[in-house]
Amino acid sequence: MNTPDISELKKITSQVRRDIVRMVHAVQSGHPGASLGCAEYFVSMYFHLMKHDKNFNLQGNGEDLFFLSNGHISPVWYSVLARSGYFEVSELATFRKLNSRLQGHPATEEDLPGIRIASGSLGQGLSAAIGAAQAKKLDNDDRFVYVLMGDGELQEGQVWEAAMYAAHHNVDNVIASVDFNGQQIDGPTAEVMDLKDLKAKWQAFGWEVVESNGNDVSDLINTIENAQKLKGKGKPILNLMRTEMGQGIDFMVGTHKWHGVAPNDEQLASALSQLEETLGDY
Amino acid sequence: MTKFTYTEKKDTRSGFGAGLLALGQNNENVVALCADLIGSLKMGDFKKEFPERFYQVGIAEANMIGLAAGMAIGGKIPFTGTFANFSTGRVYDQIRQSVAYSEKNVKICASHAGLTLGEDGATHQILEDIGLMKMLPNMTVINPCDYNQTKAATIALADHQGPAYLRFGRPSWPIFTPDNQKFEIGKAWQMTEGTDVTIFATGHMVWQAVEAEAILAEKGISVELINIHTIKPLDVDAILKSVAKTGCVVTAEEHQRNGGLGDSVAQTLALNNPSPIEMVAVNDSFGESGTPMQLMEKYGLTPMDIVNAVEKVIARK
Repeated sequence: MNTPDISELKKITSQVRRDIVRMVHAVQSGHPGASLGCAEYFVSMYFHLMKHDKNFNLQGNGEDLFFLSNGHISPVWYSVLARSGYFEVSELATFRKLNSRLQGHPATEEDLPGIRIASGSLGQGLSAAIGAAQAKKLDNDDRFVYVLMGDGELQEGQVWEAAMYAAHHNVDNVIASVDFNGQQIDGPTAEVMDLKDLKAKWQAFGWEVVESNGNDVSDLINTIENAQKLKGKGKPILNLMRTEMGQGIDFMVGTHKWHGVAPNDEQLASALSQLEETLGDY
Repeated sequence: MTKFTYTEKKDTRSGFGAGLLALGQNNENVVALCADLIGSLKMGDFKKEFPERFYQVGIAEANMIGLAAGMAIGGKIPFTGTFANFSTGRVYDQIRQSVAYSEKNVKICASHAGLTLGEDGATHQILEDIGLMKMLPNMTVINPCDYNQTKAATIALADHQGPAYLRFGRPSWPIFTPDNQKFEIGKAWQMTEGTDVTIFATGHMVWQAVEAEAILAEKGISVELINIHTIKPLDVDAILKSVAKTGCVVTAEEHQRNGGLGDSVAQTLALNNPSPIEMVAVNDSFGESGTPMQLMEKYGLTPMDIVNAVEKVIARK
């Protein structure tokens, strides 16, 4: 593994956060909260951890694949895909607009490079990732399949069907991450539907669990690089990733209230004043 | 005129099993997934011969659909197997988002469709699956009529790119179509030529229509019988061509009248050539326990029900 350039990754993260709030503000819709909370994760994945090709190939033989199960955090994914060269950053201005490839929730119909399956209706991404991982095993392709889920999303039963399956079938080339921010639309997860001891739950389902601070690039990269070394031991891997919803913007951080609400003009100005423009706005 | 007869009966699900085995031998990208119903779906031979390409999913159909979508991304051609009820209604959103909207090359193979499931009763006798599946954009919907046609349809699906739903059933049923037939998706098969009425039938009801045709022939009524094995995409040209000649239509299916083949044919006629139509189908009710033949009789799906519908529709011309 190359040594990560942490300061460079932090710079990109700042720009991604600017993209997120500007995209959501422009159409006064979208989900900024967890998009902001997962900025470090996406930047670490696309700019350091994954082997991937911006000349997008759906099947991705010989590449690491990424699946976003909680599709509502599309702004962070679109920003990172564009900043990685999958498509022009200027296209971010079309987010959620008519005839755009950047649908409110990720879709394949418009052939946006980087997207392999539609998501948004929650609970489905882990299954797809495990299926793709088993296809890689059939092809003797030793790369990983990564998937991100929200913590609230774990309330969907299909997630646990998939969890049980992956352990039973020794799908150890999957590294799933949970955005563990403790928030969902109606409030804190502990109040809406308590997730209780997530680590114990995943372990009981037969997964190897690692824990990380998802808003700390160094910790996140270390954790996932260590997780990669667990491949071959026959257990699927779960990265329980603590994040703060709304991370990086003082009035958005740590609350469910910005899950799916767009900032107004004044709030946008305040948010942008807190985020350095490092790569140039789209 | 060709006369359709049979010397042997077999279940259509066994046609699926035989087709899947043949695909395994000829196409290394074909993989199979099953939700704890290997025996019922006749997937045992595939599993035995190709264990590395067979995935036992357990009783978790939602996960099975998602897995299949993921395998399709990896270039595989997944065939999922469970009962029709659990292949459609139970996993509708998974199919809608992960397969249909995402344009994944997944073949959803569904046994024990309709009333002829028999004694298990209404919880398992889905009569809404054709409607559910045909409403989805990108989805192909196939309902073959006997063992040979089901085998041929299964084989044809591997060469078809895109999401598909294959519906078949549990009971032993006459084998009256040719062995090793070529199955053309989306192409209606005109089985008899006639002038007085067109019967469009699908699935098990094709044989009921064959028997009805013989009864009607004795009454001097000339029937054009068309086997609609592909409900979507519907062979609109074949339907309109036949109706232009006969002027009236009976549809026959082991499904709800709402949302089934009859609906699709009626829409085609209404838009292009409004003509009298009668539908032999289950009329807005659930099934119940009983033998397949008892149920077909109670819910109006016998050859005589088709005969009566034909006489009624001809009188409306």
